[in-house]
Amino acid sequence: MISLVHYLIVSILLFCIGVAGFLCRRNALVLFMSVELMLNAANLAFITFARFQGNPSGSVIAFFVMVVAAAEVAVGLAILVLVFKNRSSVDVNEISLMKG
Amino acid sequence: MQLFFFYLFSLITLSGAVLVVAHPNTLSSAMSLIVSLFGVACLFVLLAAPFVATMQLLLYAGAIMVLFIFVIMLLNPSTNRLVKRLSFGGLLGILISSYLAVILVLRVVSFNKPEEVAISSDYGSLREVGQLLFSTYLVPFEVTSLLLLVAIIGAVVLGRQSLPGGRS
Repeated sequence: MISLVHYLIVSILLFCIGVAGFLCRRNALVLFMSVELMLNAANLAFITFARFQGNPSGSVIAFFVMVVAAAEVAVGLAILVLVFKNRSSVDVNEISLMKG
Repeated sequence: MQLFFFYLFSLITLSGAVLVVAHPNTLSSAMSLIVSLFGVACLFVLLAAPFVATMQLLLYAGAIMVLFIFVIMLLNPSTNRLVKRLSFGGLLGILISSYLAVILVLRVVSFNKPEEVAISSDYGSLREVGQLLFSTYLVPFEVTSLLLLVAIIGAVVLGRQSLPGGRS
């Protein structure tokens, strides 16, 4: 039978793949996708704990996480389009104007 | 049977995620992200949360990924330059994340495995989630709608052709 640990391990691996992508890739679009992966890993953990405690509140929290992800992507991609207009690149190494 | 589907969906999810991170082409990354999110939605179904699984498919595949692919097509950034070799920072990133994975997995494996609690047939349905959403979580729900409004306004302001008082 599938236990809590199985699902949590999938969630952990998904999260860590997201972290690796965020730290390795320099394309801002891929960075956003890595953030989506991490948010999904968190969602999976929420739903897993909800299932194994018989508490449906986890579904509601996962729903909120999805809404926050949607808002983040909308604003983030709008900013990215503006950055591309100004600098014609989405490489985060080249968007370092405010670096000290 | 359930175990088989669990491994199948986990494989879909994780291989999609690896492709998102590893593929040099941004558009292929986006396609792999769709595959990965679909796998997560299937896992939600296995976890008796059909409402969240449906929302996952609708919101991510229907809204977020369309936005992503639209922006990728608009910018077409993959043709700008070849993918650079993995830098020292990237190697460090992989090391840090695998270290994190090892620590977390070792911690989780030492849990005593709780049994699945018996759930009613109504569990995770639209009815139950909706009742929770409009009673216990009413205030967060309203705050969420406010957040979406702010995000829409922000996206519209950022997306305008000319910024007021600034350069065009």
